[in-house]
Amino acid sequence: MGRYLLRCGALGYLAVLLLAPVGLVFYRAFEHGFWPAWHAIASPDAMHALKLTLVAAAIAVPANMVFGILCALAIVRYRVPGFRLVNALVDLPLALSPVVVGLSLLLLYGRNGWLGGHNVLFATPAIVLATIFVSLPFVVREVVPVLREIGTEQEQAASTLGASGFEIFRRITLPSIRWAVAYGVVLTTARALGEYGAVRVVSGNIVGQTETTTLFVANRYQDFETQAAYAASIVLALIAVVTLLLMNRLRPKEETR
Amino acid sequence: MAARAEALPLPRSWPSGGAALAVAFSTAYLSLIVLLPIAALVWATHAHASWQAVSSPQAVAALKLTVLVSLGVAVFQAIAGTAVAWTLVRDSFPGQSVVNALIDLPFALPTIVTSLTLLALYGPRSPVGVDAAFTRWAILLALLFVTLPFVVRTVQPVLVELDREMEDAAASLGASTFAIFRRVVLPNIVPAILSGVALAFARAVGEFGSVVLVSGNVPFRTEVASVYILGRIESGDPAGAAAVSVVLLGIALVVLLGIGAIRRRATRHDG
Amino acid sequence: MIEARNITKRFGDFTALDHVSVDVPTGSLTALLGPSGSGKSTLLRVIAGLDRPDAGTVSLDGDDVTGRPPQKRGVGFVFQHYAAFKHMTVQENVGFGLEVRRRPRAEIVKRVDELLELVQLKGLAKRYPAQLSGGQRQRMGLARALAVDPKVLLLDEPFGALDARVRKELRAWLRRLHDETHTTTVIVTHDQEEAMEVADRVVVMNGGHIEQVAPPRELYDAPANEFVMSFVGPVNRLGDTYIRPHDVELSLEPNGATQEAMVERLVHLGFEVRAELVRDDGEELSVQLTREQTDALELAEGQIVYVRPTRQTVF
Repeated sequence: MGRYLLRCGALGYLAVLLLAPVGLVFYRAFEHGFWPAWHAIASPDAMHALKLTLVAAAIAVPANMVFGILCALAIVRYRVPGFRLVNALVDLPLALSPVVVGLSLLLLYGRNGWLGGHNVLFATPAIVLATIFVSLPFVVREVVPVLREIGTEQEQAASTLGASGFEIFRRITLPSIRWAVAYGVVLTTARALGEYGAVRVVSGNIVGQTETTTLFVANRYQDFETQAAYAASIVLALIAVVTLLLMNRLRPKEETR
Repeated sequence: MAARAEALPLPRSWPSGGAALAVAFSTAYLSLIVLLPIAALVWATHAHASWQAVSSPQAVAALKLTVLVSLGVAVFQAIAGTAVAWTLVRDSFPGQSVVNALIDLPFALPTIVTSLTLLALYGPRSPVGVDAAFTRWAILLALLFVTLPFVVRTVQPVLVELDREMEDAAASLGASTFAIFRRVVLPNIVPAILSGVALAFARAVGEFGSVVLVSGNVPFRTEVASVYILGRIESGDPAGAAAVSVVLLGIALVVLLGIGAIRRRATRHDG
Repeated sequence: MIEARNITKRFGDFTALDHVSVDVPTGSLTALLGPSGSGKSTLLRVIAGLDRPDAGTVSLDGDDVTGRPPQKRGVGFVFQHYAAFKHMTVQENVGFGLEVRRRPRAEIVKRVDELLELVQLKGLAKRYPAQLSGGQRQRMGLARALAVDPKVLLLDEPFGALDARVRKELRAWLRRLHDETHTTTVIVTHDQEEAMEVADRVVVMNGGHIEQVAPPRELYDAPANEFVMSFVGPVNRLGDTYIRPHDVELSLEPNGATQEAMVERLVHLGFEVRAELVRDDGEELSVQLTREQTDALELAEGQIVYVRPTRQTVF
């Protein structure tokens, strides 16, 4: 009896919190049929926003992947004194408000900032920097525990067999962590595509120029063009659903490995 | 003692160029992307001597609201998240894997879309007749939505790993189901619950995208800290914005340190 | 020939090896035997280059390799927990060393084939380590180490993670393999029976020191000190005298040189019978008998017997 109560409670909570609202957005987007939604997405401003979002992600994700792998290696394998500080600070973007991230970039690259005067702000570079910042920890966080768990025995074995440091990395370490890297990359991508707060602060939010898809959604909604807002939301939600599917395809492999 | 020394994970014996590269690159990258902007923020607050901006009544109200609602959300998730994790691990019902997948939805869904979804269901045109938009309830709902996965996803793997024999042993010693949960299971998952709660709290304190459209942003009533900061930025007062930002930065750092301490204690237990 | 000279290795404030020197002759099968924490594994890892000594030198065939990383030492190393490359098939595992040496494809295929034949894994070439039993994984580990024709083969508790039956099989098999290939081999073990059975020389280690180096028989018959005496086999200690349980003669009548004792417990272990005695001076004594002897004496618990050591050692 207690078990059913718990089950119903937990599932009901999830339904009210998650499923109902998301389902309703799909309904709202197609309330007036498919074509109005399609035209809203295919408008030049919407397309430009989508392109900008993809460009930012296309730079941020590979950069954070390379960083994530190297940083995880540095944390787990090489005991450099003082590196524990790096280990602690890597998680900062997860705990910090995106608006604070945006403001920090604003102050650093602004007119009176230390790195001011390079046309970074209110343009693509600022959007990219903000995106990298907020999506930085995911690969590191996924790879570190896997590296810890696999230990160094396989790497030692490879070294006694004559493999060089780079060969060991490429042929032993990298294949062992590939699923963790893939999982981290999926999380990074989701965060990069969905970032709103930090981008809003640093981008200048200029329609058709520095407006990403998330900004497009918010702007249209506030301009009472709810149809366009919902339609663009659907695009982002679909990306989220694909992300979700990928996350669940990758996670079981992590566990059986 | 001797055996333990032999089992120590050994540092790599041979210095390699790769190690130096990994350490140098990741330090430089982290410094440039994260630390330098943060330093600029702290320095700006210091340079403008804008500490007193924190104590403006509007800032204080925003910070108070943010921290209080976030605490409430974190405590609630501790219970609800543990219950959900338990249901996913120990219960079995049709469609369990789908539900399990759905838990990550708030991570995958962009926060601004979360805003819209919540407005669609609990907003002015609510099909269920609940209009919570622009109230503190709306903030609470948004924060519950975005922080849902944290406790579930930290507790779930610990529950999976938890040795069922301990519970069997407790049962054989005559412990009731409730006693087993409270005296055997709970002590083992408390570190996971706490780190999940801490992460959820940090996320709630800093949350922006899912709150900004639903809260109405009425000063002194429904304006949370991050929205207040944005307001200061957009009205050309970066100094005021920076002051409140440093407070949020401080909270984030404290939470991270706390999580680190919880993890260290938990691993000491395992040894 | 492996020559380790004055090796010292510390981990923090724990000294794993304290000025240890040892020679391993070419073509021998030498066992490093000792309890856990004795430094035997560390010594092996220092020889392989996996651990760097704080002091001392290692040379292989007269060639000083102390400053050389494991990649450049030409050793084969077999790990207790196999260290199988989990993402590679059996044949990829075995061929790994040859591949990183950029040997021609055809040669690798041929050599891997030979080795899989040798370790009897031919039919499992395309399997992944997760699909193998522990014994099969360790045979794969051996084949992988042998593939590169190492100057020396180093085995770190290679059978420690296997069950008793498989362990016995693999031991005998390792001995045969060595008799065929004559590769200089060092095996680390904490099991004195394993060391005695497999090796032609045993190095007994304790607390980071070497206690004795000798062939198995000599080790048992002429142990250098009490540590070796009690580590390589069961022993009775009476004052400063050490007596092996099978070096005691039992009779039912006193004959001058004997001492009175009572049978406290009889343990039947198949052919062997262990009698736990208490002498009239209160000393306890464990005696090993055959079943025939026990039957002939009609031994029973509580009975009075007369004992005389046939051989005893005093250090």
